[in-house]
Amino acid sequence: MTQTNQPLLEMRDIQKCFGNVIALSGVSFDIRAGECHCLLGDNGAGKSTFIKTMSGVHPPSAGEILVSGKVAKFTSPRDAMTAGIATVFQDLAMIPLMSVTRNFWMGREPSKGWGIFKHFDLAHANAITMDEMQKMGIRLREPDQAVGTLSGGERQTVAIARAVYFGAKVLILDEPTSALGVRQTANVLATIDRVRKQGIGVVFITHNVRHAMAVGDRFTILNRGQTLGTAVRGDVTAEALQDLMAGGQKLAELEGTLGGTV
Amino acid sequence: MTTDSTPQVDERLAPVSTLSRLLRRPELGALAGLVAVILFFALAADPVMFSMAGFINFMTPASQLGILALGAALLMVGGEFDLSIGSMVAFAGLIFGTAVTLLNLPLGIAVLLTLAVGLALGWINAQIVLRTALPSFIVTLAWLFILRGLSLVGLKWATDGSTQMRGIDEAVAGDMFLGIFSGEAFQPAFSWMANAGWITSFANGQPTVTGVPVEIVWFACLTLITTWVLLRTPAGNWIFAAGGDAKAAMNSGVPVRRIKISLFMLAASCAALVAIITVLSSGSTDARRGFQKEFEAIIAAVIGGCLLTGGYGSAVGAFLGSIIFGIVMIGLTYTSIDQDWYLVFLGGMLLVAVLFNNIIRKRVTGER
Repeated sequence: MTQTNQPLLEMRDIQKCFGNVIALSGVSFDIRAGECHCLLGDNGAGKSTFIKTMSGVHPPSAGEILVSGKVAKFTSPRDAMTAGIATVFQDLAMIPLMSVTRNFWMGREPSKGWGIFKHFDLAHANAITMDEMQKMGIRLREPDQAVGTLSGGERQTVAIARAVYFGAKVLILDEPTSALGVRQTANVLATIDRVRKQGIGVVFITHNVRHAMAVGDRFTILNRGQTLGTAVRGDVTAEALQDLMAGGQKLAELEGTLGGTV
Repeated sequence: MTTDSTPQVDERLAPVSTLSRLLRRPELGALAGLVAVILFFALAADPVMFSMAGFINFMTPASQLGILALGAALLMVGGEFDLSIGSMVAFAGLIFGTAVTLLNLPLGIAVLLTLAVGLALGWINAQIVLRTALPSFIVTLAWLFILRGLSLVGLKWATDGSTQMRGIDEAVAGDMFLGIFSGEAFQPAFSWMANAGWITSFANGQPTVTGVPVEIVWFACLTLITTWVLLRTPAGNWIFAAGGDAKAAMNSGVPVRRIKISLFMLAASCAALVAIITVLSSGSTDARRGFQKEFEAIIAAVIGGCLLTGGYGSAVGAFLGSIIFGIVMIGLTYTSIDQDWYLVFLGGMLLVAVLFNNIIRKRVTGER
C-alpha cells in the first residue's frame, strides 16, 4: 500500500442544511492514495448528501473541502472531475442502447483528421476500450456490444474503468454492490482492489458491512448526519460496525431471532 | 467496426456471426421492407416501373419526403419529435414565394431568407421544449396548427384572397443559382451516355431520361452527410447520448441542450429546403403544401429503425424508408390496384415497423 500522510481529499466538519432539515452536522472524512475508505451508514444517515457534496453536486453549508491540502470550492460536478474526483453514481450514467465504446468515450470522444473531415476515431477508441476492460478483467465480445447486454457488475466495471482511464485520483462509488448477485459483487470488490493498487483512493459507500470488511482499509460510520468515528482495518469487528450503523443499538436481539443473517 | 487488438476468447461466448451482427443494425427492417415492396411491384406492376424513367419517377417524391425524414430521424435519435415540419414546408414556401414574387429578391437571397426563417422556427421550437421541459410532441403539435394557419392567412394577405401564389417561375427565370434547387443535374452526362448507346433514347437522339432531378442529388448527399455525422463524429455520439438518456449524457459532459437545439434547427431547415425545391418545381405555392408530411417523415424514420423513445436509429434507415414510400405511392399507378390503398399501406407499414423495432431493441440491449 502506498499511503502518504497527505490526504488526496479531505472533508472538514462538513455541514449541509436543506431549509430547516439538517442533513449533515459536522462530518469529517479523508481519503489517501491507494486506500479504500468505506463510508458506512444506514438509509437516511446522510450518505447520499455527503457524496453529493464531495462530488460537487451541491456546495456544503459550512465546512471545508481540501484537495491535496489546498482548500477547494466545487460549484459543479465538472469542478470536482477536473480536480480528479470521479463519482460512479448508482444510475451509472450509462446508456444501455449505446455500445460500450460509445459509452466509455461519451463526452470525451477522441478525434482524428482536420477541418470538416475531423471525426470520431472509432478504431482507436475501440482498441483502448477493449484494453481497459481487459485490465479490469472483463472480456468483451466486441467493443460495439451494447451496454444493455452487460450484467450489472460489468456495467459497474465499465463505469469504474472509464473514471480511472480519464485520470481519477479519487473514485467515489455509491453503493456499487447493492443490486448485485454474489458473483457480481465479488467481481466489483476485486475491481475495487485492482483500482486501489493503482494508487487511486477509493471511497466505497455501502450499508453492507461484509462487503466493506472484504476490501476496506478504514471504515467511517455515518449516523443521523454525524460521523461516529473512523476505525482502521483489524481494530474493529463486523459486529461492532453493524452495531454502530444501527446507532449504537444492539442488534444482538434482532440477530438472535433472525439466526445471525443480518 | 474492426480493431487492431485481438481480444482473448471467452469460452462462454458463442462466436458472433456476420449475420447476427447485421441483424442488430437499425436499418435491417427498412432493408427487408424495401426488398419486399420491390418484389411485390416487380410481380404486380408494369415492368416500365423499374426502367430508368420509372426509377426517377418514384425517387423524386421519395427524395422530397426523404429530405424531411432525414431531419426528423436525427431529431428522433436525439430524443425529440417535430410535428410542425409539414406545416413549416407551407410556411417556408410562403416566405420563399413572397420573397421572389412580391419583394423581387434574387433567388440566392430568397433561399437564404427562407432557410433563416426555418432555422428561427426550429430554434423557437427547441427553446420552448427545453425551457418548459414539456414533451416536444405537444409543443410542435401546437406549431403544426399555428404554422398551417399562418400560411393560409399569409397567402391570402399576399395574394389578395387566394390560397395559391403563382408566378414563381417567371420571377426566378435565368437566375444563376436556379440549377442548384431546380431542374435536373448531370444532363451532359446523360446526353453523352445516350449518344454512346448506354442508355435508351428517343428516335431524335434525346435520352429518355435527360438527367437526375436535383432533389435526388440533395437527398443522396444529405443521407451521406447525416450518416457520417451520426456514426463517425463526436457530435453523432452526443446525439445518441442525448436521446438515450439526457441526464446521463449531461453528467458525462455532453452538451445536450446545444445538441437538441441544433437538431430542431436541422429538421426545420430540411423543411425549408423541401419548400424551396418543391415550390420551384411546381412554379407556385399553396397552403396545402407539405400537408401531413410530418407524419410521413416520422413514419419513414420509424421504418428506418428509429425508436420513438430516442437514442437509436439511423439516417440510412430513413433513406430506405422514404424510398419505400416513393415506390408504393408511384408503384400503385403502374398496377390496376386502387391508389387509395396507399393510406392502408402507410398505416400497416408503421405498425409492422414499430413491432419489428421493438424486437430489434430487445436484441440489441439483450433484454429477455
